Amino acid sequence: MKLTIKSLPSLVLIAVMFTACNSSGTSNGNRGALASTAAEKVYVAPGEHDEYYAFFSGGYSGNLTVYGLPSGRMFKEIPVFSQFPTNGYGYSEETKPMLNTSHGFVPWDDLHHPDISQTNGKLDGRWIFVNGNNTPRIARIDLKTFETEEIIEVPNSAGNHSSSFITENTEYVVAGTRFSVPVPQQDISIKEYKGHFKGALSFISVEPETGRMNMKFQVMMPGFNYDLSHPGRGKSHGWFFFTTYNTEEASTLLEVNASQNDKDFIAAINWKKIEEYVNNGGGTKMPANYAHNVYEHATHGAKSTMLKEVLTVDPTEVPGAVFFLPTPKSPHGCDVDPTGEYIIGNGKLSADLTVHSFDKMIAAIEAKKFDGEAYGIPVLKFEDVLAGQVKSGGLGPLHTEFDGKGNAYTTFFISSELVKWNVETREVIDRQPNYYSVGHVMIPGGNSAAPFGKYAVAMNKITKDRYLPTGPELEHSAQLFDISGDKMELLLDFPTHGEPHYAAGIPAEILAPKSQKIYRLEDNKHPFAVLNGEDTRIERNGNEVHVYMSMIRSHFTPDNIEGIKVGDKVYFHITNHEQDFDVPHGFAMIGANNAELLIMPGQTKTLVWEPKQVGVWPFYCTDFCSALHQEMQGYVRVSPANSNIEPSWSLGE
Amino acid sequence: MKKAGILMIIGSLLLLGLFRFPLWNIMLGAPQYPDPLGMDIYITGIKGVNEFDIQNIDGLNHYIGMQTIPKPGEMWEFRVFPLVVAIMAVSGAIIGLLGFFGKINHWWFLGWFGLMAVLGVLGMHDFNLWLSDYGTDLDPHAIMKMIHPNGTPMTYKPPLLGHQKMLNFDVDSWPHTGGYLMFTGMGLTLIAFFIGKRSKNIVQ
Repeated sequence: MKLTIKSLPSLVLIAVMFTACNSSGTSNGNRGALASTAAEKVYVAPGEHDEYYAFFSGGYSGNLTVYGLPSGRMFKEIPVFSQFPTNGYGYSEETKPMLNTSHGFVPWDDLHHPDISQTNGKLDGRWIFVNGNNTPRIARIDLKTFETEEIIEVPNSAGNHSSSFITENTEYVVAGTRFSVPVPQQDISIKEYKGHFKGALSFISVEPETGRMNMKFQVMMPGFNYDLSHPGRGKSHGWFFFTTYNTEEASTLLEVNASQNDKDFIAAINWKKIEEYVNNGGGTKMPANYAHNVYEHATHGAKSTMLKEVLTVDPTEVPGAVFFLPTPKSPHGCDVDPTGEYIIGNGKLSADLTVHSFDKMIAAIEAKKFDGEAYGIPVLKFEDVLAGQVKSGGLGPLHTEFDGKGNAYTTFFISSELVKWNVETREVIDRQPNYYSVGHVMIPGGNSAAPFGKYAVAMNKITKDRYLPTGPELEHSAQLFDISGDKMELLLDFPTHGEPHYAAGIPAEILAPKSQKIYRLEDNKHPFAVLNGEDTRIERNGNEVHVYMSMIRSHFTPDNIEGIKVGDKVYFHITNHEQDFDVPHGFAMIGANNAELLIMPGQTKTLVWEPKQVGVWPFYCTDFCSALHQEMQGYVRVSPANSNIEPSWSLGE
Repeated sequence: MKKAGILMIIGSLLLLGLFRFPLWNIMLGAPQYPDPLGMDIYITGIKGVNEFDIQNIDGLNHYIGMQTIPKPGEMWEFRVFPLVVAIMAVSGAIIGLLGFFGKINHWWFLGWFGLMAVLGVLGMHDFNLWLSDYGTDLDPHAIMKMIHPNGTPMTYKPPLLGHQKMLNFDVDSWPHTGGYLMFTGMGLTLIAFFIGKRSKNIVQ
């Protein structure tokens, strides 16, 4: 064949077409001359959508952030445990009850581990559960509205860290305590730790239709530190596994004193057995005091209820329900592979990973091959439950996720790397450096029975020089890997907000179609809502003043208010009358000692304002809602406390 | 003539589709509305393509002083049009039936078609008058009073047929399912006339 000048351009064109096909991501991991670049793999063209949602815990931000993968673009911050002046969460009268606890109003927490609801071990995308580590709480976020719907406080707990992981049909969301504490709390010397402190493992049932949470029972374990956990799945469904450290039961200088035992434990809990026990009347009801806060979308408001009792279970009274699996060197992550056979203890002070076998564990239990007991709980022999160890060559293994193709991906904090290994052979396949000191890794669905093994995101604890410097305080850094081939390929660095401890990813096609656009005004059951402009009004009750206000492009009704006095407590109840997607309005009042409100179409929110100075004070819309946004404003006349001006209101007069 | 009668019946009954499907549709897309707003025009009233489209179109139009989109009770057309369509459909079917049994000849089919065509043109004319009024009878206190480069005030009459750019909106106005059913039905009655005419010629 003669290569003419004419045919050259067409050959070039064919080459371009091949490259273009490759970059669309249909041919996974094909390397060679036609391989696409990392940039092409993460490029999501303007107007196009990402393939996955990724929910990153915000750590000490107290909130959850939503990102797209593979682009690494942040879409939203969902307020959960922290007040959020951006939209008034935790400041508005409707959402203040969400942050109520037995310690009163707690406007912050340390949000750690998101987990998406599952059906038959597969992500179903109804809700995402997260834990507050500091003042122990579990929250449920609705994945239609991306709003926090429910928060339940966990009694008898402190440092709610081995949480919030769910069983394979979302029967339970499980919360284990990291710090053991006296149960019930009492005034005793800290030196009396040993034997007096307990570690509560809480099983919170989830109502299948509504997602409503209920503290079903707490297993009162010995006073170790319960670090992380994961459910059994498939054949091990019905079990839950918790790593422990500080089996030394030290209360001081834990970095030394809790690192003395060569082996700590993985606690294996047969929750089905305990569930049966409590359903048959087992367990002890003990007095407690913990908050249950529920937000209703119908009323756009939350209610907080204090619960006064919790059902506790002494594990020694349910034979065959709880066992200890010796696991080397203060294991941190506790991860179960998609088949449910392997339970991986990431011994953080070790170079090796411990892989336990569920089948061997059951065989050892049936053969009663125990190596003594701890506080009445049978301890199995290490050799009897061990499937094998991964000689990783790394240092400081923390967490493991799975790709559904027989591979596991473990993070190593100290050696700062992500290591891929084969679950069956336990041979290392690949290792890639992380920048720097990786904590968790996340593969969408990577802790479920059906992972989507295309991308892995490493969440690094140390950022240093990865971005332009921004003074001493830096955001954390995540790294996206393509794991579709044999070798992991680093694609992208992107900053993450707060300190992500773990994340949860899910294909966009599961969530995007059901994402809600507006709240229907006619379904608004808020007690202070005004559904049409004629009902706007002001009601005075002593020094309490209720302003029933509505907003629509581009005015407030009413926008001239008189008859407010110094010393009044003014409640602005504002309903957004828009029924159009992405047309929120904001409300800001000069001198308000709280925050603004950002009100979605069809929603009602309430801000309290306590005017302290006589005068005429403006309020305005904070969200650039329309071409006449700058005109969307109003005035409140504030008169002296002793004046007798009756409330009046108007619009356009 | 039997075949012609059947076609006449089918053709005229297709008008009944207007009770189920929109006659016309106007879509409004803009940079801020990647999913365009739209109104479906039925012979019984105007409905939004999506639940809140009418409310949102009215909300946007208030800036330029346009009237709100009329509710069914606010226009006599929405009472009269259904009546006219129903009468025409039934009378067409009766004519077809009589034709089928050879009681009347094919000229009746053409007569029906002619009447329907006249009524249709009148209807379109009326619709266009409303569009003109809707687009030009503007509130003198409108928030935005736009002016053409030549100094004349801008008006906002949507096109009767086709596409037009109006400020930030791309407006597309086309017949919808009910309209297409009506046109098809009228076409069938015309065919019925020609078939009837030919069969008569053959018989002769």
